[in-house]
Amino acid sequence: MRYIALLTATRPNTPPPPELLEAIMKLGEEATNAGALVDQAGLSSSSFGALVGVSGGELTVTDGPFAEAKEVISYAVYDVRDKAEAVEWTSRFMRVHRDLWAGWEGESQVLKVMGPEDFAPQA
Amino acid sequence: MTTADPAVVHRTVEAVWRIEAARIVAVVARLTGDVGLAEEIAQDALVVALEQWPRDGVPDDPGPWLLATARHRAIDQIRRRQNYAAKLQLVGRATAETDDGGFDEVLDEGRIGDDLLRLIFTVCHPDLPAESRVGLTLRLLGGLTTAEIARAFLVPEATMAARITRAKKALSGVEFALPPAAELAPRVESVLATVYLIFNEGYAATGGSAWARPEVSDEAVRLGRLLQGLLPREAEVHGLAALMELQASRLPARVDQAGRPVLLPDQDRRRWDRLLIRRGLAALSRAAELGGGPYTVQAEIAACHARARSHEATDWERVAALYEVLFHLRPSPVLRVNQAVAYAMAGDPARGLAVVDAVAGEKSLRDYPQLPAVRGDLLARLGRADEAKAAFAQAAALTRNDAERTLFQARAEGR
Repeated sequence: MRYIALLTATRPNTPPPPELLEAIMKLGEEATNAGALVDQAGLSSSSFGALVGVSGGELTVTDGPFAEAKEVISYAVYDVRDKAEAVEWTSRFMRVHRDLWAGWEGESQVLKVMGPEDFAPQA
Repeated sequence: MTTADPAVVHRTVEAVWRIEAARIVAVVARLTGDVGLAEEIAQDALVVALEQWPRDGVPDDPGPWLLATARHRAIDQIRRRQNYAAKLQLVGRATAETDDGGFDEVLDEGRIGDDLLRLIFTVCHPDLPAESRVGLTLRLLGGLTTAEIARAFLVPEATMAARITRAKKALSGVEFALPPAAELAPRVESVLATVYLIFNEGYAATGGSAWARPEVSDEAVRLGRLLQGLLPREAEVHGLAALMELQASRLPARVDQAGRPVLLPDQDRRRWDRLLIRRGLAALSRAAELGGGPYTVQAEIAACHARARSHEATDWERVAALYEVLFHLRPSPVLRVNQAVAYAMAGDPARGLAVVDAVAGEKSLRDYPQLPAVRGDLLARLGRADEAKAAFAQAAALTRNDAERTLFQARAEGR
């Protein structure tokens, strides 16, 4: 089954340390080779994006940046056998951030992508 | 990290185990030279984790923790065995079993990759019967329990356990090593065949009530991706990975709301999995770059379907040409039947009929209902209505599928 992990954090003014980037690459390679990581990408700052909403019957389009201090930084899609595995891969990803970027804080939402198993026909 | 909830810790241990099991067994098997023993030692490490982690908390680096624990146990075993060998020598009986290699080996990544590859080549050894290879691969590389594998293959757990035990025994005489360069190609073939067998067991579900068991094919797709990482220069490794990703992309559309099979022409293509298609096409272009082979050609055919917005819009000329290539690589009369359909779809039913008539006498196709069904369709397209009806009647008599029989009978009666 598939899970998407959305990383939310404050966008710092300084670039991430090279050791962190290296650790992320290594971890990504490991998860890819295990067949677990099937898609991932970084997301540009919200100043390049927009917010499209419906409120009170009105359709509104607001260009970024959004007011929130924290932004969605990247996503990763895992293909694993259960939630615990997706949580484990995500934990490893968060752990390298903690260990290699002092003061960094963020959170990953791990969400299940609906798949055929969610619409299983009645046996 | 410490989590108070024992149920959460338990799930974490199992998740880490599934992620790491194959690597741990591979490293330990290199140290001990015995796949069966390696699995036991790796399981011991899991038991230690199940005892310690709920009490002391999950370690910060659970993967390396498990690996180090298993490695220490392996070294203990070897030392004990060596002590035993030394004592035997004291009483005048020599033994050849004195391997002290790997004691101070660092746990570097490249080495573990090699170990994993050794494990795959050993477990998929061509001398083992296919069913043993399949069971052992799912057990040691997929991290599935014997009960799960037995359920997937619809055999009693005891039967599967016996198969796995026999396979491990058979392997105890096999060297745990990478095949020499000259033997590499046929050994890779055996590895790929094993993985594809697993995939098809899930995709086509040879028995049981379900049309497909996606959890089994998912495991095969993951194994295919694992091989891509381990053998990045082997064209057919990418070819098989592409084929499996592309076929798996159709799984959501292969069953209707009532659980009935939906065949390719009738599938709702909006339900095909775009992510898997994208991955499949990427793997395919890698395979094509490296040269390809039968799996790559099959993946090319699957890609023709994946790229087409509808059944009719498929590049049928190309599909027919690819079947020709495939036939030369791996001759099978069934391919001719598929090729005939492609010719008909490409607007040349006469050529399709010629192709299918050329194999109509094949013994292996005598009970194959698709042969007269395809002939019937081609004849109908050519305006030979009476012959078409007769062919559909023959197809209806051969099929064992109720839905198909109804369909064929309707066409036999000219409806």
